[in-house]
Amino acid sequence: MLSRRIIPCLDVRDGKVVKGVRFRDHVVMGEIVELALRYRDEGADELVFYDITASPEGRSVDRGWVERVARVIDIPFCVAGGIRSVDEARAVLYAGADKISVNSPALERPALIDELAGAFGVQCVVVGIDSLRDADGEWRVRQYTGDPGKTQALARRALDWMVEAQQRGAGEIVLNCMGSDGVRRGYDLEQLSAARALCRVPLIASGGAGAPEHFRDAFIEADVDGALAASVFHSGAISIPDLKHYLRGQDIAIRL
Amino acid sequence: MSVVLVDAGGTNIGSVRYALQRLGVDAALTADAATIRAADKVILPGVGAAGPGMARLRELGLVELMRSLTQPVLGVCLGMQLLCAHSEEADTTCLGLIPAPVHRFVEAPGLRVPHMGWNRLIAKQPHPLLTGLGDDDQAYFVHSYAVPVGDWTLATSNYGEAFSAVIARDNFHGMQFHPERSAAVGAKLLQNFLAL
Repeated sequence: MLSRRIIPCLDVRDGKVVKGVRFRDHVVMGEIVELALRYRDEGADELVFYDITASPEGRSVDRGWVERVARVIDIPFCVAGGIRSVDEARAVLYAGADKISVNSPALERPALIDELAGAFGVQCVVVGIDSLRDADGEWRVRQYTGDPGKTQALARRALDWMVEAQQRGAGEIVLNCMGSDGVRRGYDLEQLSAARALCRVPLIASGGAGAPEHFRDAFIEADVDGALAASVFHSGAISIPDLKHYLRGQDIAIRL
Repeated sequence: MSVVLVDAGGTNIGSVRYALQRLGVDAALTADAATIRAADKVILPGVGAAGPGMARLRELGLVELMRSLTQPVLGVCLGMQLLCAHSEEADTTCLGLIPAPVHRFVEAPGLRVPHMGWNRLIAKQPHPLLTGLGDDDQAYFVHSYAVPVGDWTLATSNYGEAFSAVIARDNFHGMQFHPERSAAVGAKLLQNFLAL
């Protein structure tokens, strides 16, 4: 039986791991390789590295640290940040990343998803979606969220975009529910459940984890394949070994 | 001991090489027939699709060479599928070293394709490749096509139904998961291959 994945997310800025609240006010949390090794040792199932400033600054991810991580890490990891072309994706994958995740550049040019899936297979291609509920109740896509000053609200509905991304060749979806991100009150189960009903590929919950019960709810109520979190792991508020034992005790398939 | 990684494309070659380095083995990355023939161990990594994978081996003139090898050979992920007889993926004839077919997973409610993540390995036959494998050991899989269970199956995993996670026939071996990304379990199984 396939295990549900616990995925620490490391937001990378200027070569360091950082975390902000509601995507703002970034604080340095530590060195990339050091944190990656710590999470591997604690039993993380996968790591995601987001170079959060690459996309707003119009540059691609720095491959030097990708290779440094790949040399020491023996669990899968995904790299995101300003990947705009097959060539840039190839460089990151050849540096040792297992998957690449695209977000803002795929919104700029949706055919990028088709090109990446064609070149590397859908299993390498993750599409990240930043979504926020507007006053009219609709969840809509946000772009360039790495820089609050450049973030744009799009007219595109988040779940419409998710369906299109799958049709184009996304092999996995990370749905970052910005309304709950950074405040530790739980994943957005309503939005994730709505996404799950339309998502045929693995779906990863992001935004809002604050307690072990939040992970349980995301797995049981929203049936997500993985749950991503950052600050609760970086700060030590939730220990991954304790979390995984708790989840297995709740009859959830987990790797120990 | 000389270990070579067959450079038939595929983006996981670097990761497999690093995994071997962590085990103290510096594997050469090569597409040279003489180097491959002379190696003590041969690993065929691979990520991507079966059709381009076989096409690449043909372009490199490595198809007959791979079939003629007598030392231990390990195919990883797509590399394992290329060792098999035939893949449903673009109706591709593979190397035929292990007489197994490769089928696409059938999507079903709750059964997402690709099969992506950690899943338990269940030993089915005693084999040195599985030395030390525990009952709760899991490995990391990423694939949309799988080899059904047959007499070639050393270990299975379950996704909707049982499929082959580890296979072998004579000196040819395959792991459907990524040992290079399967933490301590993967390192143990790679070490077992190196010890064959």
